[in-house]
Amino acid sequence: MTGPGHLMQPLLEARHLVVQHGQLRALDGISFRVSAGEVYAIIGANGAGKSTLLRTIAGLHAPTAGSVLFDGQDVTKLRPERRARQGIVMVPEGRRLFGSLTVEENLKVGAAYARPGPWTIERVYEMFDWMRDRRGQRTAQLSGGEQQAVAIGRALVANPRVLLLDELSLGLAPVVIQRIYSMLPQILATGLTVLLVEQDVSQALRVATHIHCLLEGRTTLEGKPADVTAEQVEAAYFGLAGVAPATQRGEGSEP
Amino acid sequence: MAWVNATIQGGLTGGLYALFACGLSLMFGVMKVVNLAHGDLAVVAGYLAIGVIAVTHVPVLWSFLIVVPVMAALGYVLQRTIIQSALDRGVLTTLLVTFGLSIVIENALLQFASANTRGIGVGLALIRDSFSIGSQIQIGYLLVVIFATAVIVLLGLQYFLSASKYGRLIRASADDPEAAQLSGADYRHVFGVAAAIALGTVALAGVAYGMYSQLAPTTGTDTILLFAFAAVVIGGLGSLWGTLLGGVVLGVAQQIGAQINISDEVLAGYIVFLAVLVLRPQGLTARRVQS
Repeated sequence: MTGPGHLMQPLLEARHLVVQHGQLRALDGISFRVSAGEVYAIIGANGAGKSTLLRTIAGLHAPTAGSVLFDGQDVTKLRPERRARQGIVMVPEGRRLFGSLTVEENLKVGAAYARPGPWTIERVYEMFDWMRDRRGQRTAQLSGGEQQAVAIGRALVANPRVLLLDELSLGLAPVVIQRIYSMLPQILATGLTVLLVEQDVSQALRVATHIHCLLEGRTTLEGKPADVTAEQVEAAYFGLAGVAPATQRGEGSEP
Repeated sequence: MAWVNATIQGGLTGGLYALFACGLSLMFGVMKVVNLAHGDLAVVAGYLAIGVIAVTHVPVLWSFLIVVPVMAALGYVLQRTIIQSALDRGVLTTLLVTFGLSIVIENALLQFASANTRGIGVGLALIRDSFSIGSQIQIGYLLVVIFATAVIVLLGLQYFLSASKYGRLIRASADDPEAAQLSGADYRHVFGVAAAIALGTVALAGVAYGMYSQLAPTTGTDTILLFAFAAVVIGGLGSLWGTLLGGVVLGVAQQIGAQINISDEVLAGYIVFLAVLVLRPQGLTARRVQS
C-alpha cells in the first residue's frame, strides 16, 4: 500500500476499514495514507462508498472493523466533535448550513471550537469578497455556489489540519464548480491537507496529487494522476473487466 | 368597566400561562421534543418549593433560588439519559417516553404527597395586597410579579439565544445536530443545557402557580400542560414573544368567558385555541416556514 513519496508518517491513515449499512457492506477493507500537504481524491461512481468513507473518517459512521489514525493517534473511537476539535473538519455533502442562522453566525459556529491557526472570519471574507456585504443574510437567500463557499468558510475558520470535502460539485453549475476549486491553492497555501470525494473525475484529476478509486466498497485503483491512464481510470470507475492495473483489486463483476 | 377588568386580569394571568409555555416551546424548538411531562415537572417544582420552605425556612418568595437550579440539573440529566436515547430512536419515541414519565411522576406524587391540594403560602403583605385603578379594578401584586417574571424570563431567553455564543450553538444544533458536530459542538451536551434552561423556567412556572393557586398531583396534566399547549399554539411554535402573546390571549379569553358565564372560563380559552388551530395553524406571530 505504501508507495514512493510516502516515507514519512502519514497525517491521516485508514487501515482496512469495513462499514456496514444494515445488510449492505458499504466499505470492504479500505486502506489509504494521506501525507501532509497532499490533495487526496477519492473518486468513484454513485454508491461506490466514497461519502461513507469520508463520513467514517469524520466519525459520523462507526466502522465494524479497521481503524482511522490521525497524526499517529488512533481516533477510531473518537466522536465527530472531538475529531473536529483535533483538526479533522468536514464540509458535508449538501452543504448543511444552519438555515436559521446568518452567514456570519454560521462562520462563528465554525469558529466556536477552532484550533489556533491562520484562518479567521476576516480571512474568509477576504477570500470570498462578496461574503462580507451579505454576512447578515440568512443562508437560504444565497445561491448554491455561495452556500458552498459559506460551508467551506465555516470549515476553514476551525483551522483544520485535514479538510474533508464531500462532493463540492454536487448540484452546482460547471462554472461555479470551477470557481470553487480555483480557491483550493489559496487554501493549501496555508498548510492544509485535503481529502476530497468527487464524482466529477476530470475535476478530481485536475486538482489531486493522489487519486483513489472505489467501486462497490473496494479499492480498484490508486496512484498519482500522472501515473494512471484515462483507460485505467475508466475501467476502475465502471468496473470494466479485462483492464487490470497493477493495484487493481476486486472483480467488479456484480451488477 | 367589568369587561375592562376582565381584560386586565386575563392579560396578567397570561403572564403565568406564558411562563407555563416557555419551557415547552424551548424544548420543542431546540430538540423537537414535545415534553408531555412538562406540567408534572412544574408540579414537582412546586412541591419542591413547599418542601424547601418548610425545611430551610427561606423566605417564600426566594424559594425559587433553590428550586430553579435543582430542576435545571434534573433537566440536564433527563435530557442526557432518557430523552436523548428516545430521540436517537426517533421523535415519536420521545412522545411515548415523556408520556410515561408524566404517569410515573403523577403516581409518585399521589403515593408520597397524597391527593390533597397544597399551595405555597405567600404570607408577605406585598403579595397578598392589591392596588386599585378607579373604583372597580383591583390588581393583585402577585399577578403583577408573575407577569413581570414572565417578561424578564422571555426577554432574557430571547437575548441569550440570539446574542450569546452559547445561544448560537443551541440554534445551530437545533437546525442540524450533525453539522454542529462537524464544527466541534457536542450537540448532546448542547441539548442538555437547553433542557436545563427549559426546566429552570418550568420550575418558575410551578412555583408561581403554587403561589397563585393550589397544586395537586394531577394539576400538571389537567391544567399546566394544557394551558401551556394552548398558549404555544395560539402564539406560534418556537416563537418566544408569540408565547407571551399566546398566554395573554388565552388569559383574556378565559376571563371574558368567565364574565359571560363563570362556568365558561376554561371553555372560552379552548375555543380561541381551536379557532387559531383552524384559521391560523402557524400561530399568531410565527411566519410561514421559509424554504
